[in-house]
Amino acid sequence: MTAPVSPRVLAGVGVGRRAVVGPVVQVREPVEVPEDTVVVRDGVPVPEEELADTVLAAFRTVSADLSARAARSSGSLAEVLGATAQIAADPALAARAKRELAGGKPPVAAVRSAVGAFIDMFTAAGGLMAERVTDLASVRDRVVAVVAGQPAPGVPDLHEPSVVVARDLAPADTAALDLRYVLAIVTELGGPTGHTAIIAGQLGLPCLVQVTGATSLEDGTRVLVDARHSTLEVSPDDAAVEAVAKRTEAERALEEDTAPGATKDGDPIDLLVNIGTAADAERAAAADDARTVAGSGLFRTEVLFLDAQTAPPVAAQQKEYTAALAAFGGRKVVVRTLDAGADKPLAFATLPGEENPALGVRGYRIGRIHPQLMVDQLTALAAAAEATGTQPWVMAPMIATPAEAAEFAADARAAGLAKVGVMVEVPAAALRAKEILEQVDFVSIGTNDLAQYAMATDRLKGDLADLLDRWQPAVLDLVAATARAGTELGKPVGVCGESAADPLMALVLKGLGITSLSMSLGAVPAVRFALRHHTLEQCQAMAAAALAATGPTQARDAVVALLDPTTRDLLA
Amino acid sequence: MAARTVTVGSSSGLHARPASLVAAAAAEAAEPVLIARVGEEGVDASSILMLMSLGIGAGEEVELTSDDEAGLDKVAELVAADLDAS
Repeated sequence: MTAPVSPRVLAGVGVGRRAVVGPVVQVREPVEVPEDTVVVRDGVPVPEEELADTVLAAFRTVSADLSARAARSSGSLAEVLGATAQIAADPALAARAKRELAGGKPPVAAVRSAVGAFIDMFTAAGGLMAERVTDLASVRDRVVAVVAGQPAPGVPDLHEPSVVVARDLAPADTAALDLRYVLAIVTELGGPTGHTAIIAGQLGLPCLVQVTGATSLEDGTRVLVDARHSTLEVSPDDAAVEAVAKRTEAERALEEDTAPGATKDGDPIDLLVNIGTAADAERAAAADDARTVAGSGLFRTEVLFLDAQTAPPVAAQQKEYTAALAAFGGRKVVVRTLDAGADKPLAFATLPGEENPALGVRGYRIGRIHPQLMVDQLTALAAAAEATGTQPWVMAPMIATPAEAAEFAADARAAGLAKVGVMVEVPAAALRAKEILEQVDFVSIGTNDLAQYAMATDRLKGDLADLLDRWQPAVLDLVAATARAGTELGKPVGVCGESAADPLMALVLKGLGITSLSMSLGAVPAVRFALRHHTLEQCQAMAAAALAATGPTQARDAVVALLDPTTRDLLA
Repeated sequence: MAARTVTVGSSSGLHARPASLVAAAAAEAAEPVLIARVGEEGVDASSILMLMSLGIGAGEEVELTSDDEAGLDKVAELVAADLDAS
């Protein structure tokens, strides 16, 4: 017997820190079914006069299958599945498919054309209707699969804790995951700051993206997914599995420490959590373990706007802001004003057809075409502050110049807001951080966009992930320049990008003079642990070493070399 | 053919959950229920896709018609209710 030629270890880009072992479940791609596929039942082609019944039966089968899955699920998953089941049973789809068949189209083409007509109509309508397009496409692919006698595409039913593997996960696929049984997410495409990675981070799931060859793993193969080391090991041996168990145990032990964020010698740093809704705020504020946080360092208000066809009224915004502020009961909440555009298009606020939306009218620049949006939001925030007695820290995204910062600060203060800041995510703002900080009370660095703009690398472009590495010295230089300006003026400089969630990077950021770190709730324990085991002086030495490095790997290695030896197993 | 004119009560209009509930009720009726903006041609109210494609917003008036009067009343009641509130 020769050893298998397939490599046992696949490399990817890890998101999160944990390692897990479990069986692979592949998310099936929609099958490539030719338009003129001959429909076969029981081994014989279906006669022409029965084709309509066969196609209508396929719609019913898909609807019944989705209804059954909805009945076995709960919460938003059950709702998504139920709504999709209802679409599959829609009489208008059946009528249209029948008409296409009668007009001479072959069955697969008839299904595609019937569903496609609604997809086109709903896409053109935009807003709430466009959101149903994913459901329609899912119905189309499922019905085509049934008609052609192929397995159903999409996320299969999970019956045991599994490692979900996909070429790429659409938001709808992620929503359809039964999280009780998801150990880890592995994709061949996607980038470390893309949609799947961010969702996995929020859920505290280990995730690997950019894993070439992952989709050729057989269903049921046992794999070891190690997010921290960015590897996937096929059929790991007992020793490797035991090491994972040990690591998991050690990580659990971290979670007992609930002391406020500070270095070993007691130099404080605020550990905060990123939220998108009042419900997130309630969840984070209620945490009474190692995930306990000093507030929120990034309240992404655009989540409130995503489903809306028109801007939400002041009263609705005020309600949500009040609930979020109240949830934290006087703790710090940093609210970011609407950050629409680029990868977060909004029906009512995004310029259609921009050639280069990441460099276009997004973030604070939306005010140039829709000034009322900002006025309403500041009014609602001031009212929420009044109602709760808590002053939110309010900051604008995508600020490039001190003039923009001054303009925003004047507007926010005029609305009655006391703590005003801006995001530093455009390299120009980092380079002129002092002049910008002179205009405002604080700044917060969005490291994801800062890296994208500094490295001229699209965040959504997975195959350029190495350039977006958070350890790129050029990006660290921009962070350092911003931190220096804050130290000089005695004003807070926070970090609210993915960098803040990396415990090693957290040490560097503390050493650079960053005053708060905002991350997903699940990332807090490891960051707290890292900081608590190193002195401010050690952090400063790590920062200096990282800045002196020639490349991202060297920067990270230099910091690892300076770790307290007792923490190396958990942090390196 | 019985007819009812009703004002849409759901704050999001006939979309998402409200549309889903109205379509389900219309599918329960013994005879087809048609829904239309006042003065326009009706579509099958049991089709959530047709229902949503009308793009009817909160506070708009719609006309419902059917030969099943009891079924018609049930659908009319749902259209008038604020289904987003529950």
